[in-house]
Amino acid sequence: MSIIAPELGRHSWPVMGRHPDLHGRLAALLGDALITIDDHVGETSVTVARAALVESVAALRDAPDLRFNQLIDICGADFPDRAERFEVVVHLLSMAQNLRLRVKTSTDGAAPVPSLTGLFPNAGWYERETWDCYGVMFAGNPDMRRILTDYGFEGHPFRKDFPLTGHVELRWSEEHKRVVYEPVRLAQDFRSFDFLSPWEGTDYVLPGDEKAAK
Amino acid sequence: MSSLGNAGAAWTADDTVDVLPAKDGNEIQNYMINFGPQHPAAHGVLRLVMELDGEIIERCDPHIGLLHRGTEKLIEYKTYLQALPYMDRLDYVSPMCMEHSYVLAVEKLAGIEVPLRAKYIRTMFAEITRILNHILNTTAHAMDVGAMTPMLWLFEEREKLMEFYERVSGARFHAAWFRPGGVHQDLPAGMLEDIAAWCDGFPRLLDEFQGLVADNRIFKQRNVDIGVISKEDAIAMGFTGPCIRASGVAWDLRKAQPYDAYHLVDFDVPVSNDGDCYARFMVRMAEMRESVKIIRQCVAAMPPGPHITDNRKVAPPSRREMKRSMEALIHHFKLYTEGLHVPAGEAYVATESPKGEFGIYLVADGTNRPWRCHIRATGMAHLQAMDFLCKGHLLADAPAVLGSLDIVFGEVDR
Repeated sequence: MSIIAPELGRHSWPVMGRHPDLHGRLAALLGDALITIDDHVGETSVTVARAALVESVAALRDAPDLRFNQLIDICGADFPDRAERFEVVVHLLSMAQNLRLRVKTSTDGAAPVPSLTGLFPNAGWYERETWDCYGVMFAGNPDMRRILTDYGFEGHPFRKDFPLTGHVELRWSEEHKRVVYEPVRLAQDFRSFDFLSPWEGTDYVLPGDEKAAK
Repeated sequence: MSSLGNAGAAWTADDTVDVLPAKDGNEIQNYMINFGPQHPAAHGVLRLVMELDGEIIERCDPHIGLLHRGTEKLIEYKTYLQALPYMDRLDYVSPMCMEHSYVLAVEKLAGIEVPLRAKYIRTMFAEITRILNHILNTTAHAMDVGAMTPMLWLFEEREKLMEFYERVSGARFHAAWFRPGGVHQDLPAGMLEDIAAWCDGFPRLLDEFQGLVADNRIFKQRNVDIGVISKEDAIAMGFTGPCIRASGVAWDLRKAQPYDAYHLVDFDVPVSNDGDCYARFMVRMAEMRESVKIIRQCVAAMPPGPHITDNRKVAPPSRREMKRSMEALIHHFKLYTEGLHVPAGEAYVATESPKGEFGIYLVADGTNRPWRCHIRATGMAHLQAMDFLCKGHLLADAPAVLGSLDIVFGEVDR
């Protein structure tokens, strides 16, 4: 196996190692836990059953020919159209084989995802972040406090149905001599431009343009 | 005592028993202190809740997020080009390296070819940024343990590097200069000569700095064997960059997974086996010398040619072209309103930022905005190990450990 792939220098982005038969190896290793496996722009992602996440990642870590020995990252993603809207994405790195792998699983927000803290000690904060931002619970994580948002924050801000402007804003109150929370008041509504179809026109009526719309 | 009336609101004789050692001397309780969030040695807004036994740290719980700005959420509401300046504001000590991961991720997803000159320019400026970052970190680390002079000496060099930033992008920090497909503007005339001249002078200053600090007794007492992490633990804790190399793992993304022009330049990867604060400091010192080597090679090998791709769906045409060509004008307008469309798919691109592996996980849905842009912050893994590194050390060692981990909160909190 070559550490440096032959297309080195053709593109600007990083060039990684190549496994001769990664798909076959992953299929054999993960067995029934494997749901889908796909390649995009030279990166491999596998989707595994939620219940089998820990076993799958442990198998990938301990397989002597793969040795995904470092947990790079865990993050969430929200796809509101799906039945199980939240995706938990785990990025693994194999220093020995110079490979990266993305392991994904999904949840509906109510069902907890098994925690990887038993395998990788650095999973703790990443799972806290995913819980904080998306409200995905991790079963087995001993410390499920919020991490990025304010003390006493309500809601999970990275969900697609959470408004970008948030619900509360804070200011220093001279009266109370402390910082107080108030509902967000915007001088101007948040504008989201429809740049996708500037030639086809918008699907809302511009102020002052009501006549033309009829 | 009884004159106070309300016993609950005032100190009583009973209260003092909980705080002070008991008379018989065998009952000393641990106490908690808050380190930060407004502490000059906390390198930003870090709140460390520490449980101390005398002066020994028993437990250390970092509270982060005081600088959380929701960058990832904001990016979902911006076009790919509008999202780029947010990157500068992550690790504001090494802005261009943050842009680097992002533009590479966009290029990878959209399959954008980059001219060779742009690759060299970006490599050169990534290394200038590395020196920029390491100057701040090493001198601030020295100051954390009591050495004031290096910061005053080397910040002048940092100023010179920021002038290079200003000359190419117009901004000293928030450059927004790396763009998908290349860099926004070509290098101005005389730039390469000036960078080469700077490269000649800098190593001498680095020697002076190292001579002042590296063998200093106080500096060594404060750093050697402090915050030791073994090779295995460093891998398990998700360490990357200088921190993992100081623990004896020769892992550098510039070598292992080369991007841009890194496969065309020759440099060494400094490694230490000690894994303590001193090793992390020395690895950074050695890395600066390697960066100078890379910059010199980029200056020497800088090929002529375009600085950005000529694909007009990705990069804008020149002003001159726009004045004469209707098509160029339309391209410019479309690019700066609608922006570029990135085909649906996902990619994770990581580069070797000065602090370690800085990654961008980009999920595109085929429109002009990212569906999800997750930022893999280097400092998050390092800061998470604070408890592991500080346990059993003295309170005064915490700033040394923190300084050696190179934490910047713009990036950790995002």
